[in-house]
Amino acid sequence: MKETLEFFSFSDPNVRFVVLGTMILGATAAMVGSFAFLRKRALVGDAIAHAILPGVCLSFMVSGDKNPIALIIGAVISGWLSLMVIDGISRTTKLKSDAAIGIVLSVFFGFGILLLTSIQNSGNAAQSGLDNFLFGKAASLTQDDILIFSGIGLVLIVLVLLFYKEFKLISFNPDYAKVIGLPVKFLEFLLATITVLSVAVGIQAVGVVLMAALLITPASGARFWTNKLSYMILIATVFGALSGLMGSYVSYVAPAMPTGPWVVMCLSLLTISSIWFAPKRGMFARFKQHRDNKKKILQENILKLFYHLGEANQDFEAGRSFATLKASRELSESELDRGLKLLKQQNYLRKMTDLWYITQAGLEASKRVIKLHRLWEMYLNQRLKLEPDHVHNDAEAIEHIITPEIEQQLERELDFPVKDPHQSTIPYQES
Amino acid sequence: MNDKTAIEAHNLTVSYNRRPVLWNVDFELPAGQVIGIIGPNGSGKTTLLKAIMDLVKKSSGYVKLFEQDLEEVRERISYVPQRESVDWDFPASVMDVVLMGRYRKNKLLKRLSKADRDLAAEALEKVNMLEYSNRQISQLSGGQQQRVFIARSLAQGADLYIMDEPFVGVDAATEEAIMLLMQEMKKEGKTVVVVHHDLQTAKLYFDWIVLLNTRLVASGPKDQIFNEALLQEAYGGKLNVLSKVGELIKEKDFPVREK
Amino acid sequence: MDGFWIILSGTLIAISCGLLGAYLVLRKMAMVGDAISHAVLPGIVLAYLFSGSRETIPMLIGAAVLGVLTTVLIELFYKQARLQIDASIGITFTWLFAIGIILISVFAGQVDLDQDCVLYGEIAYVPLDLWFTASGINLGPRTVWIAATLLLLILTFIYFGRRGLFITTFNEEYAKALGLNVAFWHYALMGSVSLTTVVSFESVGAILVVAFLIVPPATAYLITTSLKPMLWLTAFFGFLSSLGGYFLAVWINGSIAGAMATVAGIFFLCVWIFSLIKQKQASIPFRA
Ligand SMILES: Nc1ncnc2c1ncn2[C@@H]1O[C@H](COP(=O)(O)OP(=O)(O)O)[C@@H](O)[C@H]1O
Ligand SMILES: [Mg+2]
Repeated sequence: MKETLEFFSFSDPNVRFVVLGTMILGATAAMVGSFAFLRKRALVGDAIAHAILPGVCLSFMVSGDKNPIALIIGAVISGWLSLMVIDGISRTTKLKSDAAIGIVLSVFFGFGILLLTSIQNSGNAAQSGLDNFLFGKAASLTQDDILIFSGIGLVLIVLVLLFYKEFKLISFNPDYAKVIGLPVKFLEFLLATITVLSVAVGIQAVGVVLMAALLITPASGARFWTNKLSYMILIATVFGALSGLMGSYVSYVAPAMPTGPWVVMCLSLLTISSIWFAPKRGMFARFKQHRDNKKKILQENILKLFYHLGEANQDFEAGRSFATLKASRELSESELDRGLKLLKQQNYLRKMTDLWYITQAGLEASKRVIKLHRLWEMYLNQRLKLEPDHVHNDAEAIEHIITPEIEQQLERELDFPVKDPHQSTIPYQES
Repeated sequence: MNDKTAIEAHNLTVSYNRRPVLWNVDFELPAGQVIGIIGPNGSGKTTLLKAIMDLVKKSSGYVKLFEQDLEEVRERISYVPQRESVDWDFPASVMDVVLMGRYRKNKLLKRLSKADRDLAAEALEKVNMLEYSNRQISQLSGGQQQRVFIARSLAQGADLYIMDEPFVGVDAATEEAIMLLMQEMKKEGKTVVVVHHDLQTAKLYFDWIVLLNTRLVASGPKDQIFNEALLQEAYGGKLNVLSKVGELIKEKDFPVREK
Repeated sequence: MDGFWIILSGTLIAISCGLLGAYLVLRKMAMVGDAISHAVLPGIVLAYLFSGSRETIPMLIGAAVLGVLTTVLIELFYKQARLQIDASIGITFTWLFAIGIILISVFAGQVDLDQDCVLYGEIAYVPLDLWFTASGINLGPRTVWIAATLLLLILTFIYFGRRGLFITTFNEEYAKALGLNVAFWHYALMGSVSLTTVVSFESVGAILVVAFLIVPPATAYLITTSLKPMLWLTAFFGFLSSLGGYFLAVWINGSIAGAMATVAGIFFLCVWIFSLIKQKQASIPFRA
C-alpha cells in the first residue's frame, strides 16, 4: 500500500521518468501501430523491431559512442532497409510475404547479435548499455531519454494528425487513393518512416521481441470497441499509455519484476478483456445476443402455440392447461414454464385456476408471428421454388427475425396472399 | 451400376459468418449425365461443391450421393478444386500431383504400387499430358495445369466427378479436349458435374443444367432451362428480401434453424 | 575438437529445423513457426521449475504443451474472436513470451536461464556439457546426442509422412475430399516444430531458431522445382551455415549462433541475386 501511494504521488523523479517514458512510448507505438494493424502488416512491425539491431551496432562502431541520436539514425536506416528487402523478396521471388518477413527478421537480428557480441567481447567500455536495444530498459529511463522520447513522440503524433485523412485512405482503400491522385508512394514512405521511428524508440523500453505487442496489441483490442478509425486510434493510444503506467507500477512495487514484459502483459490483458467485454463485438455481447435470440424464439413459439390451438377448435379465448400446451409442442417442461412466465410478465398471457389464457395483445402478437411464418413459406415457395413440404423448417426460424420493414415489403411483393402453401389462412391484423 | 440419382441436395443452407450464401437449395441430379452448374460470380457455385464434398459446414439440410452419405461412397466421388486454389509454384512434378489421386485414407504410409502408377499414366494419357509427366508444375500453362488437375481426378477411378470452373483461363484446345473427355466419360456411365459461367457454351456442353443465384433458380434438362425468363431470373441480381434477411441474420447472429 | 562439436550440433539442429521449415514455407506458415519458437519459453521455464534442472523430457513436454497451446490460441483469436490472422499471431506469441520472461524474473533463483540465452542461445557451451556413461566413459556433448536423436525422429516423420505432408501442403481441400485426416498432419507438423524449437532453444535461442527454420529452405526453394532436391539442398545450406558461421564467429569474436544466421542470410542473398540474374536472362528475347 505504501509503495502504491509513493508511486502515484510521483514524488520520486525516477518514477516520473519511467512512467512518463513508458507512457509516451506505449501511446505513440499504439497510435502508429493502428495503421499497421489496419493494413494487415502487424508482423512487419515485428520484423522492423528485430532488424533495427545491426543498425544500432554499426552506428556505434562508426561513431564510437552511444549518442542516442546517432543510434536512432542507425536504427532507422536498418529498419528501412529491412522493409525494402521484405518488399523486394516478395516482389521478385516465388516466396510469399510470410517467408520474406521471417528471413529478414531472423537474418538481420542474427547479424545484429553477431555485431553486438563482437563489440561486447572487444572490451570497449563504452558499449555497456547497447543491449538495451535487445531487452529494453524501461525501469532505468533517465531524464535525457525522456527528452528524446517526448521529442520524437511529439513529432510522430503531429505527423499522424497532419496526415490522418491520407493515412486512413491508404489503409482502407489504396486503389481509390491512387485514383484520386494522392501521392501514395510518398505517403507509404512517410508511414513506414514513422513506424520505424516509433519502433526505434519503443524498443528501448520493452526490447526486441515485445515491441510487436506495443504496435498491434492495443489496436487489436481497440477494434472491438468501435468501427470508427478515429475512436479506434484514440482507444488504442489510451490502452498503450495505460499499460505503460501499469507496467511501471508493477515493477515499482515489485522491483524484481521487469517493466517491459509487464507492459505487454497489461496490454494483452486489456485486449483480451476487450475481446470478452466490449459491447456488440465482444464475446459476452455475442453470447447475450444468442440468449436473447433464444428467448425471443421461445416466447414467440408459445404464442404461436396458443394461436394454433385456437385455430384448430375455432376458439382463441379458451384456457389451456400446462399439460395441453406441453403435449402440443416439443418443449421441455422448464422451457415451457419459463416462456409462460415471461409472456405473463408482458401481459400476453393470463393465468387463472391453472389454466392459461391469451390476452388481446397476446393474440395480436401471435397473429403477427403466424403471419410471418406463412408469408415466408409463401415467399420460399414462390421465389425459391421450394415444394410446400420443404418450406416449414426454414420459416420456423425466419419468422422470428423479420422486421416490420421487411414484413411490409414481403406483403407487398407477394400481394397480400390469403392462403399459405399449405392452404392455411394467413391472418392479417385488422386495421 | 444403375444409380438413378447422383446427387440429392435437401434444403441445403450454407453460411459464412452466419450470412447464408446458399439458401435452401434443393435438387436431384440424375446419374450418367454431364451437368452444368451455372450462375453469376459470387452466386455460391463453389460453395455448393464444397458443401457436397463436406468441406464447409452446412447450416441446414443434407446431401446424399448415390443415395448414401459421402463417407460411404467417398471412393466413388472425385473433386477437382478451382485451379487458382493452389500455389502452382509448389516444387512438384506432374506425376507427383496426378499420383495424389491414388492416395487413400489409412494407406498413406504404404508405397504406391505399379498399378497406381499405371493408372496415373493412363489418366495423363487421357488428357494428352503423358509426355509432360516429369515436367515441373510451375512450368505449365494454365490449360496444362487444368489438365493435370483433371488427370489427378481421373486417376481416382471414381463414378462421379465434381469440377469447379475447369474452363476458366484455359486455351481453346484444352477447352475442347476437356469437353470431349466429358462426353467420353458420360459414355462410360460416369456422372460429371461442372461449374461453369459461360452461357454461350453451356448449352453445347451440358445435358442438364442447374441455375444458381444464392437460391436455386432452376434445375432440369437443358432445353427446359434455357429460356429467357429463367436466365433473367438467375442473372438479374439477388432477391432483395432474401439479402435483407441474410443481413439481419448476420447482424443478430441468428440461427437459420431453431435447434 | 570444440569447434567440431559446435559445428556438428549446429548442423544437426539446422537440418532438423530446415526440413520442417521447408513445409512451413510451402504452407505459407513461416510466421507460425516464428510464433511457436517464442511461445515455448513459458513451457521451458515451467519445466525447469518442476524438474529443477535441465532435464530433457520435462522440457519437451513443456514445449509440446505450449506449442499446441500457441496454435490453439491463435486459432481462438482468429476464429472465435474474429481477429485478423497476423494480429492473432502477433498477440499470442508476444503475450506468451512476456509471461515466460516474467516467470524467469520471478523464479530467478530456481531457473538457470538468462535473457541473452533466451534470445540467442549459447552454442559455445555445447562442448562443456558432456555426457558420461555410468562407468565414466566420455560419450561427447549431451546436446549432440539430443540433436542427433531429434534429427532421427524428424527424418522418420518426414520419410514416412511424406505423402500426407505433401498432399496436405499442396492442396488441403483435395486431401479433405479424399477423406484424409488433414488436422492430424497439421498438428503433427506443429508438434514437431515445437519439439525442434525446444531442443534448439538452448543452443541457438528463440530468434535464431527462426533463421534455421526458414532461411535454408527458402534459399533452397528459390533454385529447385521439386521437393526432394529442395530438402537435400536445405540440409546442405544448413550445414554450410553452421560451418561458415562457426569460422566467422571465431574470426570476429562474436556470437556463434548470430554468425550462423548471418551466413545463412548471405547464402540467401547470393542465391536471390543469382535467381534475379537468371530471370533477367530468361526474359531477354533471342535475337536472330
Ligand atoms: N471463406 C469465405 N468467407 C466468407 N465469405 C465467403 C467465403 N467464401 C466465399 N464467400 C462468399 O460467398 C459467396 C459465394 O461464393 P462462391 O461460392 O465462391 O461463389 P461462386 O463460386 O459462384 O463465384 C460470395 O459472396 C463470397 O464472397
Ligand atoms: Mg467459384
